[in-house]
Amino acid sequence: MGLAGQAAIVGIADWKPERKYAGEPRFTIEQYAELARLALEDAGIEAGEVDGLVTARIGESSNFMPATVAEYCGFAVNFAELVDLGGANAVGMVWRAAAAIELGLANVVVCAIPARPTPQRPGASREPDPRWFFGASSPEYGSPQAEFEIPYGHLAQNAGYALIAQRYAAVHGYDARAMAKIAVDQRTNACANPDAIFFGQPLSIDDVLASKLVADPLRLLEIVMPVHGGHAVVVAGRERARRTRHRPVFVRGCGEHLAIKSPANARDLLATPVGPASESAFRMANVRRDEIDLACLYDCYTITVLLTLEDAGFCKKGQGLDFVRDHDLTYRGDFPLNTHGGQLSYGQAGGAGGMSQVGEAVRQIRHAAGARQLDRCDVAFVSGTGGVMSEQSALVLRGE
Amino acid sequence: MPPKPLPLATPTSRPFWEGLRQGEVRLQRCEACSAWVFYPRTNCPACLSPKLAWQTVAGTGRLHAFTLARVPTAPFFADELPQKLALVELDEGVRIPSTLVGIEEEAIEIGMRLVPVFEKTEGGEGVLLRFTKADAG
Repeated sequence: MGLAGQAAIVGIADWKPERKYAGEPRFTIEQYAELARLALEDAGIEAGEVDGLVTARIGESSNFMPATVAEYCGFAVNFAELVDLGGANAVGMVWRAAAAIELGLANVVVCAIPARPTPQRPGASREPDPRWFFGASSPEYGSPQAEFEIPYGHLAQNAGYALIAQRYAAVHGYDARAMAKIAVDQRTNACANPDAIFFGQPLSIDDVLASKLVADPLRLLEIVMPVHGGHAVVVAGRERARRTRHRPVFVRGCGEHLAIKSPANARDLLATPVGPASESAFRMANVRRDEIDLACLYDCYTITVLLTLEDAGFCKKGQGLDFVRDHDLTYRGDFPLNTHGGQLSYGQAGGAGGMSQVGEAVRQIRHAAGARQLDRCDVAFVSGTGGVMSEQSALVLRGE
Repeated sequence: MPPKPLPLATPTSRPFWEGLRQGEVRLQRCEACSAWVFYPRTNCPACLSPKLAWQTVAGTGRLHAFTLARVPTAPFFADELPQKLALVELDEGVRIPSTLVGIEEEAIEIGMRLVPVFEKTEGGEGVLLRFTKADAG
């Protein structure tokens, strides 16, 4: 059971990350159309061949989102899906597209997540919407977070990830320099990627340790910087994939797991959902951890990377800090990680951020990653993380 | 700046807030599988039984995790810096997000014993459940 490896990523589009609030505002549906055009052009597939669509939330409608996007783009599809997994969206979209293709529902599926600025209604207040303060926490009446977390100041993401990191420190010990090295190695990668927001700005461990303490033990440079951007991928069936412009990247394994919305309700704060998700992905792909040429691990925070290294099985529980100290995580190193810079140094375009990691895996497998290209890259592992370690998804990708 | 967000009880959770107003911590317990339940629900998250009964507990527990937020988690909390955000594990095993009060930063340690503090508020449900260090010994 599981995916048979009959669907491949054949097209990608990455809008270069931009500082907020640069660029001309465009409606989300307009951004979908342009991202889809770019990804289809990359694949060498005509728009008329699209018969599947996976979207994230859009700004112009509160329901019927895939239909709104399909209509705007002129797609007539046999498979339409709205994915609502936060930062796990990109990975979740790719495997849903592959599954729909293997079921015979669709043959060319567009998955896109735009995250550029959108126009304001004329005459609307310029004040920020107070809802933005709540981040991933829901302030709606009846929401457990509105009632039992937000009034105490438990809201948004920084504090939740910091709680997890403090618990990790108490149980397994902590090494702030090793945590900082995660950000530093990824910055080295970003300095070989002209598209990265921090291209040309090298970073040292001491720089990270000198940055502002935001929520103990997490410092500013261990926390992702929100930017504008957007990403799309096109997934196609095996036969169609053979007639595209680049080396097809097959979706060989996938997995997903979620049990909680808030870390307050996690059975074990340190056993993250990427454990079962990655186990499923590796088993389905029949690939061992040591057969991976590239790991693209969702990195909203350094602690996310640390826990993913452990829970995805690249090292034992509690040995993540040793693993980071013992390995060179750069594109030149023995364990290449987030070679585009990761979201920490490439930039996190809102909910689209995780799709930069899918795109990087595809680029490396195509051998089209420029100065940061790995000598050998056929197999990649990609993880996605939504909320505060609430939902995680995993992919094993292989070039053929 | 809008006022601080305060809790709004639901028909399901009302006994919890009523308990706090009386200086008691009340939890639900499942009559089918004996699981303690927090936050209040209509169905047990361990077995989905709708038979949940309220019980008053001591409200004591241990610090399971914490962080000191030095940048406010939202602008409403700018007057509380550093926010001593805590995840408290009650002796019954449930975990409650809260904050620590009456304790110095340096004295905060994961695993420390905690007792409840019933803090009166203007508006909301009239009281919030915070925690402080249990007396030594």
